[in-house]
Amino acid sequence: MTSHRISAEADPVRPGADRPLTIVVDGEPVTGTAGQTLAGVLLGAGRREWRTTSGGGAPRGVFCGIGVCFDCLVEVNGLRDVRACLRRAQDGDVVVRQGPDRAGAQEADR
Amino acid sequence: MNGVRGRHVVVVGAGPAGLAAARAAADAGARVTLLDAADGLGGQYWRHLPQARPAAREQVLHHRWDTYRELSAAVREHPAVTVRASAQVWSLDRLDDGVRLHVLVGEPDDAGRAPLALAPDALVLATGAHDRTLPFPGWQLPGVYSAGAAQALAKGERVAVGRRVVVAGAGPFLLPVASSLLRTGAAVLGVHEASRAGALARWLDRPWELAAVPGKAAELAGYVAELARHRVPWRAGEAVVAAHGDGQVEAVTIARLDARWAPVPGTERVVAADAVAVSHGFTPRLELAVAAGCALTPGRFVVVDRAQATSVPGVWAAGEVTGIGGADAALAEGAVAGAAAAGADPAPSAVRARDRARGFTARIEAAHGVRGGWVRWLRDDTVVCRCEETTYGRLREVADLTASRETRSVKLTSRAGLGPCQARMCGRTVEELLGAMDPGGPGVDRRPVVVPVRLGDLAALPDAPELPPTPATTGDPT
Amino acid sequence: MSTGVSGGAAADVVVVGAGIVGAACARALARAGTRVTVLDRGAAASATSAHGEGNLLVSDKGPGPELDLALVSLRRWTVLAGELADELGPRFPSVEHEPKGGLVVVASEPGLAGLRELAAGQRAAGVEAVEVTGEQARELEPDLAPGVLGGVHYPQDAQVQPVVATEALLASARRAGAVVRTGVEVTGGLRGADGRLVGVTTSAGDLAAGAVVVAAGPWSGEVARRLGAWVPVRPRRGTVLVTTPMSQRVHHKVYDGDYFAATQSAGAELQTSAVVESTRGGTVLIGSSREQVGFDDRPRAEVLAHMARRAVAVFPFLAQTNVMRSYLGFRPYMPDHLPVIGADPELPGLWFATGHEGAGVGLAPATGDLVAAALLGADPAVDPRPYAADRPTLSALRPDVSDAQAAQVTCASGTTEKAHEGVRP
Repeated sequence: MTSHRISAEADPVRPGADRPLTIVVDGEPVTGTAGQTLAGVLLGAGRREWRTTSGGGAPRGVFCGIGVCFDCLVEVNGLRDVRACLRRAQDGDVVVRQGPDRAGAQEADR
Repeated sequence: MNGVRGRHVVVVGAGPAGLAAARAAADAGARVTLLDAADGLGGQYWRHLPQARPAAREQVLHHRWDTYRELSAAVREHPAVTVRASAQVWSLDRLDDGVRLHVLVGEPDDAGRAPLALAPDALVLATGAHDRTLPFPGWQLPGVYSAGAAQALAKGERVAVGRRVVVAGAGPFLLPVASSLLRTGAAVLGVHEASRAGALARWLDRPWELAAVPGKAAELAGYVAELARHRVPWRAGEAVVAAHGDGQVEAVTIARLDARWAPVPGTERVVAADAVAVSHGFTPRLELAVAAGCALTPGRFVVVDRAQATSVPGVWAAGEVTGIGGADAALAEGAVAGAAAAGADPAPSAVRARDRARGFTARIEAAHGVRGGWVRWLRDDTVVCRCEETTYGRLREVADLTASRETRSVKLTSRAGLGPCQARMCGRTVEELLGAMDPGGPGVDRRPVVVPVRLGDLAALPDAPELPPTPATTGDPT
Repeated sequence: MSTGVSGGAAADVVVVGAGIVGAACARALARAGTRVTVLDRGAAASATSAHGEGNLLVSDKGPGPELDLALVSLRRWTVLAGELADELGPRFPSVEHEPKGGLVVVASEPGLAGLRELAAGQRAAGVEAVEVTGEQARELEPDLAPGVLGGVHYPQDAQVQPVVATEALLASARRAGAVVRTGVEVTGGLRGADGRLVGVTTSAGDLAAGAVVVAAGPWSGEVARRLGAWVPVRPRRGTVLVTTPMSQRVHHKVYDGDYFAATQSAGAELQTSAVVESTRGGTVLIGSSREQVGFDDRPRAEVLAHMARRAVAVFPFLAQTNVMRSYLGFRPYMPDHLPVIGADPELPGLWFATGHEGAGVGLAPATGDLVAAALLGADPAVDPRPYAADRPTLSALRPDVSDAQAAQVTCASGTTEKAHEGVRP
């Protein structure tokens, strides 16, 4: 696991008690901590990519981390185009991978 | 308190500049509305854990944490300040007699957010900046982050982006990023600063200027000591020129750069790493300033006078939108702008602090400003536009085929800059590659829709809200 | 040729404006062997042509000369798209010519009756216009609002990517010898001893020419004034919203029945209607608005809200989609809703190809052909008289000499004198 949540014991900020939460990502449960963004939950659980680009079908996750690059877009509870780096996770959130978004267009280009 | 009592000042952005502006305006007698898109105060500089995750020693991650605590408490407790968090300004109407802000209040990117319209007597733009990362082969791989992302995830999430991390780019910001990464427990393999030692020596040309900026020299010295303690090499005149990996980063190529930032052939070395944090400077967030019609400098920052007033009557600006100067400059500029927006004379101490900090701004640009040789590390298949995946080769090819060097045309023919980020990531780069800099104009930074808005939320906006002349707020969320 | 080009002229024809209409004129003229120079004070394909949707429509035009021109021009586009692709090669960006068809929908019985009446007239003029029930409309566009009662399907409607289309026409014109000079502003006219326009003065020096074609869109009135002439083109502002990319598609160009009324109106007040279509990039473009506010380029959220309401009424699913961009531009509006294509009635050497309002992309090929035919004395593909600059509906508006403003005109000899707008020879 590359990206990860810092373990409470080792964390110099001395965190208080965490309130765990679980979201469902493409059908799989992923656990995180209340107060984390969706990106924080995903990265904390070792997932670094959760979107497929429109044109090239390449994997993407967080790049800018502050809501500017739109690489981290996910569908949340049926609503597309939510920036995972900004949206706080809620227990039970259903997150679905976005993309590629040009199926129809590729047909037209044929 | 020497301002115009009851004047309504809206401050956009609750980072150091915005917080300082809100307090100064309220202290001068204004009625203040402080807006920020985030659900807490502090901006990117004081990005911190949310209320749901209290920590006993959060200050170990921050500089000037006491300043933040004091400022945020002051604005929250001030009876004349209304703090509106989760309030995203999505549009600004420039009217003949002022501006009108259109705000949506609610969860980021949600549908059904509550509309709010504000027609302030004075507006302070403290919208800050975001990292600028120059493209390089492989920069689109998961595991490559902007330095700001690595920092935000460390401070706001307590997430480590990797276990073996390379930090690269340009500017003093790389130092706190490396420090934050160390405090996630990651191994920082190196900090690679593109500017060469010779350019950086200018930092020391006039040490009294640096010393005159309170805390700045000590802060930087602290980072340097911390890196040394962790045996993190800091290398000047080097860059990450490629990232490699199958579906995510597994290694990077680091090369020496010449004074123009062109890679020196034969100096490349490959380093195994599972994450990279790269930034080459900052891009101001200009959407609202451009919409308001504010004049811009040739380098595209908001032009302000000694009172932080922009070229547009009724609009002031402070912080990184006026030049990348760091938190000290932002705090001082905010204090000046807030007082001036309230109709008061800024405190002489704030003016002096601002003037001192400005020297630092110029110094950062002189030492770390992007040099044109970086394009030499691009390959034809290097992605320039992350959204539309337009490559460097395609961009040049389309510009040649259409004999066009104009960004609007090349955007629409190459698709670079047309995706969801609306050229926030690649716009400056595309302009630079095309040689289409639009000096003094907004260039790629004209974005009348400041952030994406659900069409249903647009449809649900109340018809042109009738705004009373003063005090001037309507459209409270219902 | 009929232009009376002198041997020493730097160009046979100067085209003012590197938008879609200027590009089409330049290509038609250059391919006919004329030496063409295109001038634009800004960049190519960056003003009106870059701020629309690339409509190629017959559906929004009532029977009459504009529809006649559109029918010819849309057929031309079908051929032209292939010609440009063949000529410019596979690496040139695609003009994205999509004969997707238009679907006009209405949600009220009176609206449906009005639309059917319009369609009957269009059919008589040669338009394919197929009446559809609400159910049939939803078969064509499954995401249409349940309240849609019916509409008319127009298979001839199509779309191109207007910036690529303009650049492609310019690239083709260049290959035929045309010269395109951007960042060069026309400041006045060069006059021969007989008063004839024999070139232009510009920010980059004088340029002699046998003929000057003004194709400057909404700025044509100002260019004409500088040349000592008059054309009543006015800017009519429009706004387009762009969503983020999505896999969901709107298969046709779909608009509500009020769009026709808006295009035909002369009102200065804000008018909006829903015009919805997908692009190859996966985005959905949402128009449209019409405002007469001069060249005021300050966006207003209120306009976006009006357009959003219209679009959501037609396609409820759009309420959930994100608008990531809006842009606004200025259509070249004519008071009698017809373009001006042809010679200026008072100043020999001056020609117009302007005033297409929102239809310039669709009408550009036929306009270019008409201009080339007129300048070169060839037979036109359509009767040019309805578009003439001296048609009665324009002559009635022509200002008298007495209230004309001074224009800057330079005699070919180099001396400067005051000329007057609208001076009759």
